[in-house]
Amino acid sequence: MGLLSKKDAALIKDPLADNNPITIQVLGICSALAITAELEAAIVMSISVLFVLGIGNVVISLMRNIIPSKIRIIVQLIVVAALVIIVDQVLKAFAYELSKTLSVFVGLIITNCIIMGRFEAFALGNGPWRSFLDGIGNSLGYGVILIIVAFFRELLGAGTLLGFKVLGDPIEKTGVYAFGYENNGFMLLAPMALIVVGIIIWVQRSRNEALIED
Amino acid sequence: MGLKEKLHNFKVKNKDKKWLPAFSAIHTFLYLPNETTHNGTHIKAADDLKRTMNTVIMAMIPCLIFGMFNAGYQHNLQVGEAQAVAGSFFSSEFWTMANFMIGFWKILPLVIVSYGVGLGIEFIFAIIKGHEVEEGYLVTGMLVPLIVPVDIPLWMLAVAVVFGVVIGKEVFGGTGMNILNPALTIRAFLFFAYPTWMSGDKVWVEGAVERTNEILAGANLDAISGETILGSLAQGKEAGYGVMDMFLGFIPGSVGETSTLLILLGGLFLIFAKIGSWRIMLSSALGAIVMGLIFNQVVDSGWITESSKFYGLMSTTWWHHLLIGGFAFGTVFMATDPVTASQTNKGKWIYGFLIGFISILIRVFNPAYPEGVMLAILLMNVFAPTIDHYVVQGNVKQRMKRLKAKTA
Repeated sequence: MGLLSKKDAALIKDPLADNNPITIQVLGICSALAITAELEAAIVMSISVLFVLGIGNVVISLMRNIIPSKIRIIVQLIVVAALVIIVDQVLKAFAYELSKTLSVFVGLIITNCIIMGRFEAFALGNGPWRSFLDGIGNSLGYGVILIIVAFFRELLGAGTLLGFKVLGDPIEKTGVYAFGYENNGFMLLAPMALIVVGIIIWVQRSRNEALIED
Repeated sequence: MGLKEKLHNFKVKNKDKKWLPAFSAIHTFLYLPNETTHNGTHIKAADDLKRTMNTVIMAMIPCLIFGMFNAGYQHNLQVGEAQAVAGSFFSSEFWTMANFMIGFWKILPLVIVSYGVGLGIEFIFAIIKGHEVEEGYLVTGMLVPLIVPVDIPLWMLAVAVVFGVVIGKEVFGGTGMNILNPALTIRAFLFFAYPTWMSGDKVWVEGAVERTNEILAGANLDAISGETILGSLAQGKEAGYGVMDMFLGFIPGSVGETSTLLILLGGLFLIFAKIGSWRIMLSSALGAIVMGLIFNQVVDSGWITESSKFYGLMSTTWWHHLLIGGFAFGTVFMATDPVTASQTNKGKWIYGFLIGFISILIRVFNPAYPEGVMLAILLMNVFAPTIDHYVVQGNVKQRMKRLKAKTA
């Protein structure tokens, strides 16, 4: 990337792979379980987190020298809450159906461990540009995993992708015996999201031995 | 030079090859290996893993054969080609070749798929990891066809076996390391993934699903169906089978779980061979009886009325619970799995009791999951190490106290 220095580029690249917030730091699992049954919801969630974390990191970074450390958590919460309300209102205005599917989980971005984690670990100690890149990188890393998980869950669980039928016919179950395709209802249940995340972690670590911890 | 030596020489010659674990697996299955451990203390015993596994399989064979007859019998009974046998075990209507052949051709593929896929995965993992193939799948592979409905599509079984063996066992480190019973993991996967094939009144009778589809397509046939006793009771209907039928196993259900008599014989054989734990079997039965009696008491006291959706199963006489559904099979063959059960004797009593207790609880309170025993065993599998921990700690504390009293 010519645009960014090597150090800055690492801020974006690392969370995508070797320092992924979900598969390596195991943060933000709750939302990864809750909204990955449909690909569309996962994509919107990723964009929302991208927005909140990108801007939130910049805001916190700009304020980092004037926040008294005793009340910094409250300040951080107010910043996230403000941003989340913006996202929520925008969704309600322009994608009402979707905001109903995501329901409480948009609001719960406030408690997403990744966001508070990045504020605490990065934005409080770095300048706004680097904080911005860090926020973008981490939310992309989060989004990639979310989308991979949702892809498999929606494809195998409902036979659809973004609502379009891809596999089999989930409604007309008759007439297919033994060789027909049938939706795997287990894929739509929360445990399967954990197992899919687990398989991604497994694949990632067996490709990069340095990530294996004892 | 005998075959044994030839095989051994072949093994020595190819000892650097990647596929060797696959060969050794077949080799050790046929013969005892020539080499033994060289250092450290070791105990020489005849009951190695291979023999243990084979004993359990032998205990299950009667259930399998009965299952084949029963699959055909249930089919012929529904299409009207066989008469109902009322409570006599050696009825000529049941032990017919026609019954057997239907069941045989239906269940043999289940066994083949279960073993083929499961052992295939074990071989792949052994080759990747470079260790010997573990015998763990021998029993699982036989359990799986016995605990699924006879009409389950083969590819579903294959998918479930892949899931059960990889996620249920290999990720934990293979045989002996797994937390959950692999066979039950496979069944639970099927149950949650494809509920239409694991419950309802069609899947338990050979050909019922196919016939329903033909009727939908316009064929002029009578629909056939067979609801399990648990299913009927959960819907508040009469079971429609006599107690003797329940005990002997002339009822619809998963392939090998119906005959309580043969399961009991298998259980006695396991106890006699000192492989199954009688503590777990006995305490599970006790747990189920206690829960059953509590529910009967609730009904007798008039706390719930017939309009309640729990009435059907709650009012079931307490000892009937032991005969219907997969309770007997689960207790004898699944709960006693030495890897996933509690290891301490006191722990086994607690573990077994809670399995029985929770099975009946789930059965009654969640009619959507009539097969409570599967979920109860999986749940207690998870808690077994915790139970052991507290039993051991309790023992340590007691001894410490005794030591103090002695030295003081």
